[in-house]
Amino acid sequence: MDVVLSIRGLFARYDRGDVLRGVDLDVERGGVTCVIGPNGAGKSTVLKVVSGLLRPRAGDVALDGERISGRSARQILDHGVVHVPQERSLFPSMSVWDNVLMGGYVLSRAALRRRVDEIASRFPIVRERRRERAGSLSGGEQKLVEIARAMMLEPRVVLMDEPSMGLDPKARRVVFGTIRQLNDAGATVLLVEQNARSGLEIAGRGAVMETGAVRLEGVARDLLDNPEVARLYLGGAARSLEDRG
Amino acid sequence: MRTVSRSGAALTVVIVTALAAFPFVFKANWVVNIAVFTMMYAGLATAWNLLGGYSGYISLCNAAFFGIGAYTIANLFPTSGGPPGSTPFLILPLVGLGAAILSIPIGWVAFRTRGVTFAIVTISLLFVAQTLAFLMRSFTRGSQGMGIGVPRFSVATYERPFYLALLAIFVFAVSVCWYVRRAKLGLTLFAIRDDEDRARGLGVDTEIAKLVTFATSLGITAMIGGVWAYYITYIYPQFAVDPLITIGMVLMVFLGGKGTLWGPLLGALLLVPAQRLLAQNATTARWYLILYSGVFLFVILLLPRGIIPSVQDLVARLRSKSDRDTSSPAATVPTVPTEVVP
Repeated sequence: MDVVLSIRGLFARYDRGDVLRGVDLDVERGGVTCVIGPNGAGKSTVLKVVSGLLRPRAGDVALDGERISGRSARQILDHGVVHVPQERSLFPSMSVWDNVLMGGYVLSRAALRRRVDEIASRFPIVRERRRERAGSLSGGEQKLVEIARAMMLEPRVVLMDEPSMGLDPKARRVVFGTIRQLNDAGATVLLVEQNARSGLEIAGRGAVMETGAVRLEGVARDLLDNPEVARLYLGGAARSLEDRG
Repeated sequence: MRTVSRSGAALTVVIVTALAAFPFVFKANWVVNIAVFTMMYAGLATAWNLLGGYSGYISLCNAAFFGIGAYTIANLFPTSGGPPGSTPFLILPLVGLGAAILSIPIGWVAFRTRGVTFAIVTISLLFVAQTLAFLMRSFTRGSQGMGIGVPRFSVATYERPFYLALLAIFVFAVSVCWYVRRAKLGLTLFAIRDDEDRARGLGVDTEIAKLVTFATSLGITAMIGGVWAYYITYIYPQFAVDPLITIGMVLMVFLGGKGTLWGPLLGALLLVPAQRLLAQNATTARWYLILYSGVFLFVILLLPRGIIPSVQDLVARLRSKSDRDTSSPAATVPTVPTEVVP
């Protein structure tokens, strides 16, 4: 497997007590890797550590062999790792177009203009709703604009934290369809998702997390076919997987 | 980053031409006197809007820099120096530049805070400046007041040069706002208004953007203060550094529309003539404060975003309704990306 992002022995905490307890995970270049697991498993925390929003207590994150853990969020962004957070992250009173421009803020003016035109052709919503206030869009539409904004810097890895959260089934399908299309176009995505089935269906590889560690990792299709995964996602104990494996 | 619409350019030409023609069409001194104060507040409100409207930082110290501009002109052109002619107008850019430079260390400290705290810090600065204006007698002559050389302009058109100078500063302020809205700085300010931390997360240097905007806004304010001092020819601390000037400019921005290009002008056009007409009668001179209170309540309760954004929203809703009426149901389905290009 051609690994672009490698996580080894990652420990991290917020106030007291480790949330991550030795996470090991590989992200395949040009693929979608989906991390699933129950609430509190540490899925979102992994993304926060990778994107530099949270400093790890121990362990390494390497991008193409270069260690990036412990660096600032801005430095990691410069390395081409962008984070689409779980909560709504658009600037609500700014237009859709300006929100997308903000994604390429660090680019030169000419590069920014060129890039936003490319993004608008990939994401029709950006051009069609360009003048509308981002806050007036539906949740699903906002998520699409967030993804479009994240693509402005031609990222090497996109970290997506529960993009389907709070969306109705129709909007959820649109968002997952977009992620699949991004992946078809060559983007590498590390996806964290509560909606295990939808997430694994668009992923090449998957991982199951529980209590701060990866309990199971493999081809997404195999995980989908594993009855224990559904049980785990619905709140079953991961221990049964360990016992079997 | 944004294109200029033909209608926007035409609107700008119409507004500026109408404003420039005003004192040549309406020549009565009392009318142009009202126009002078209207243009003064239009400029002050536009300058305030640059920071307060675009970035959401409610700065209440602007009147302090209005006073600094006024006292600078008073010191440069004292009564004893004779009639200064047009020289005070020509020196205004330097006055603005000096005030802008002076504002940088003040802003650097004030921007350690945000939100309500920033507003409290800046209004404290205003009262410090007013107290200093009373105490620094060598610069202000304290409560005794300070005279400026009276220009020998024609009595029939005495107000016109002041009006045109204020119009020039107003056009400059609008041009700065227009440019900022189309530059990265505008993106930065609007992003700061929505969520400053998120903007920083996207690689935006918010500190520099805030300082540059603060300094520009206060530099323009000081220039207007200079024209005001020259116009009224005798200034006192309580009027040169007056919290009511700050309140006036803020109210006009809120009424016309925060963060819009023409909202401050609209607010000034609606409020200042009413204020000046009340001021011409000794009995009603301070009634404008009641007017201000009423307008504040009106804006808070009925027009929280101001006139221009509310009208824009209404037009957008009507257009959207008209589009829905004429389009098929399929056209209203949320947009779905149809293609991803590698």
